[in-house]
Amino acid sequence: MSESICFGPMTQATSVEAGPTTGTAIRLQGLTKHFGDVRAVDGVDLEIADGEFFSMLGPSGSGKTTVLRLIAGFEQPTDGVITLAGADVTGTAPFERDVNTVFQDYALFPHMNVLENVAYGLRVRGVGKAERLERAREALGTVRLQHVSDRKPTQLSGGQRQRVALARAIVVRPKVLLLDEPLGALDLKLREQMQVELKQLQRELGITFVFVTHDQEEALTLSDRVAVFNDGRIVQLGTPREIYEAPQTEYVATFVGTSNVFGPDEARAVLGREGRFALRPEKISLFSAGESAAGSISARGVVAETIYLGTGRRVVVDLEAGQRLVVLEPSTAVAPVGRGDSVVAAWRPDDLVPLA
Amino acid sequence: MRRIGSFLSTHAWARLTLLLTAPLAWLVLVYVVALAALLLTALWSVDSFTGEISKSLTFANIKEIATESLYRTVTLRTIGVALMVTVIDVVIALPIAFYMGKVASPRARRLLVVAVLTPLWASYLVKAFAWRSLLSEGGLVDWVLNPFGGGSPGYGLTAVVLTQAYIWLPYVILPIFAGMERVPDSLVEAAGDLGASTSTTLRTVVLPLLLPSVIAGSIFSFSLTLGDYISVNIVGGANQMLGNLVFTNVGAANNLPLAAAIALVPIIIMLGYLAAVRRTGALDNL
Repeated sequence: MSESICFGPMTQATSVEAGPTTGTAIRLQGLTKHFGDVRAVDGVDLEIADGEFFSMLGPSGSGKTTVLRLIAGFEQPTDGVITLAGADVTGTAPFERDVNTVFQDYALFPHMNVLENVAYGLRVRGVGKAERLERAREALGTVRLQHVSDRKPTQLSGGQRQRVALARAIVVRPKVLLLDEPLGALDLKLREQMQVELKQLQRELGITFVFVTHDQEEALTLSDRVAVFNDGRIVQLGTPREIYEAPQTEYVATFVGTSNVFGPDEARAVLGREGRFALRPEKISLFSAGESAAGSISARGVVAETIYLGTGRRVVVDLEAGQRLVVLEPSTAVAPVGRGDSVVAAWRPDDLVPLA
Repeated sequence: MRRIGSFLSTHAWARLTLLLTAPLAWLVLVYVVALAALLLTALWSVDSFTGEISKSLTFANIKEIATESLYRTVTLRTIGVALMVTVIDVVIALPIAFYMGKVASPRARRLLVVAVLTPLWASYLVKAFAWRSLLSEGGLVDWVLNPFGGGSPGYGLTAVVLTQAYIWLPYVILPIFAGMERVPDSLVEAAGDLGASTSTTLRTVVLPLLLPSVIAGSIFSFSLTLGDYISVNIVGGANQMLGNLVFTNVGAANNLPLAAAIALVPIIIMLGYLAAVRRTGALDNL
């Protein structure tokens, strides 16, 4: 089941490639960027569809932000082609590209008030004063900030600045909005609230969002598709469900969420199979010793540690075969296990994800 | 020792007093007392017969400066030269500071900072005389410009402006460079991202943010030129500036009270300039 999903995005990408460029917001071909000896971006091929919420996920230094800056035009690629809405924009300046960026530090102009900030993109395009202020107010209304339009950016809270930056970017009605870790500086509660607002905004405006984040949960929650970056390359591309349920490599399995990874030796010892496998903690059930679940793979072990999480408990089990398993026990568990208990860990064979 | 330490750590006013007494006393002595002495001296007069200073207070000197056309001409000339020097320095400093702050690699930036600072190590007199030799008849400027039908402007106000602009340039570049470094790259990128061309970005984002630094630099070049009397003597020909008048009155004319009254003029101009600048709010971010 998981493998058939796995090929989903590839067939989709091929079909887009074969047809005309309409429907493709961004196409990157062989995109490469070197900074001195460092290959920040190393041959990225990617197509992002019109109206898609696309996330680039990876740790810092994985090249995701550089790809974003290359699309925006702040950096010029060492090699490769960038196509926006069918037009080759490689080598053009940022102000010649129909994309707008929401910066990580918001980059609001400190010498202008909120309304002037939002109207800036219209002002430099020569839109008349009355119209640009009208449209800026409208954009501020979209992010529910009309009441602060006379304030200076320094007088706003982090969440407000973030929304002003959004309004400033959408007021010029770009085809593509690039967001560089826009929620990184906000506290957790505000971040969750802004995630919902971003998703709603994207649905209402229908423009393509390219969202850079190192937060895997954020990427999974918001996106239509996710590209996982490592060392300047895309290591996996797919829907959030594909990325989470069917990681293709150990890197993706451990970077996106938590995984128990069985290397070749452990796979042979515990599973009796050849190859490498990943297993999500929430797919494992725990039973007292002696019980067993029909149709499951099971292994005996001893509980080494339990950690309360609120939504459940994380239970660390040392298997007899030597492997250490992390298990997510739901808060609804009938018979919670304790430290030192002998248990049987069991999971369905389907939940084992083969890794490359 | 311990007792003093614990007393100080619990009494903030005692700490402040200890810390500030010496510098405050110095400030009061150097600035306030000196200014007061200057003002007082300006109110004295000189007996034209004996040449002795009479310490009875009179506004005669100040009245003379306010009414004599000579002083008005020299004041306007001095302000004009100071303004020219400031404009030239700011126009030269802006692109240099922009290159240093936003374009150059870190290595090139360090080299440029050194290059800007190095002339400050050379003596003022040496630099002024260097310009005298450059601008002399048959000097380097003549030699370079003659083939094009030009020539040295000779000694005069133009030479004073050139020399002063050269000497004070580092004092204008450095604050603007420091201000440029404080302008986040992302603001420049954001302006371009929103559709502003490079020149529009400079005009609408970079320059307004640099205004406090430009003003800081202009205070240096303007006030330093305002008080200068050396380079006008060396390359200024027969022209007089306020500084010369002070110098001549202290020395040759032996009229210290009048010199003090003349010295008040640049101080008043600077106070006016600072007040005007303050009103623009440009000093808030200094």
